[in-house]
Amino acid sequence: MGQALAFYTLAAFILGFGVLVITARSTVHSIMFLVVDFLFIAALYVLQGAQFLAVIQVVVYAGGIVVLYLFVVMLVNLKRPPEIHKDRRRRGRLGMVVSLVLLAELGAIVAYKYVSPAAALPPARPMGPDNVAQVGMLLYTDFLVPFELASMLLLVAMVGAIVLARRDL
Amino acid sequence: MTPITPAHFLVLSAALFVIGVIGVMTRRNIIVILMSIELMLNAVNINLVAFSNLWQNAVGQVFVIFIICVAAAEAAVGLGIILAFYRNKETVNVDEMTLMRW
Repeated sequence: MGQALAFYTLAAFILGFGVLVITARSTVHSIMFLVVDFLFIAALYVLQGAQFLAVIQVVVYAGGIVVLYLFVVMLVNLKRPPEIHKDRRRRGRLGMVVSLVLLAELGAIVAYKYVSPAAALPPARPMGPDNVAQVGMLLYTDFLVPFELASMLLLVAMVGAIVLARRDL
Repeated sequence: MTPITPAHFLVLSAALFVIGVIGVMTRRNIIVILMSIELMLNAVNINLVAFSNLWQNAVGQVFVIFIICVAAAEAAVGLGIILAFYRNKETVNVDEMTLMRW
């Protein structure tokens, strides 16, 4: 009961702020709504027993990526609103229709799961209370190579971002 | 109130993903478009965590960590490209980014 209440509250906030992110006029407001959205998603992770991910979400998304967005908005000093120029060939209404078709498709997939019973559920092996130790153990044993590749990717992205942001490019 | 099943999380993540798609399709500010992509990545993460909780297997959470890592790299490089483009063309409107349009 309490879990259901928490889920519905969080879901309402996540979707509401998601809509605000894409409808807000000012880009800075959009970013602020994005931060709140990320924080509610972190709360959703806690609800599902993924505490480590919740912390990562807050630190990396709400703390790092969003600050990057804010810096770019600050550096991109717009003299006129970016939405003012309108391409006559652009069909925004069509994009909306395509998105709603996608929503119908995804809803059909979920509904299909309700109609035809899914495969037998796996035996409930408790994941254990120590979420951090479990994720860390997986990262450093089974997923060691992808882990190192991810660090290389971050290094390359850092170098790329610095080169792209240089003044003489 | 019915108990929360993974289907609830699937519906939530589908809705959030579609919100991101609508943002990409309808907005013209490229910074907002990048933010919509972040929303879509988060929808996928919600899905992965829900299934990780269902199968009681932490591999899904490891995948979420990799997705967050790739999202950080994407944001850094994408915003760098936006900065470089703005310095040359003075715009962040995707309708005016027609340098390579055929």
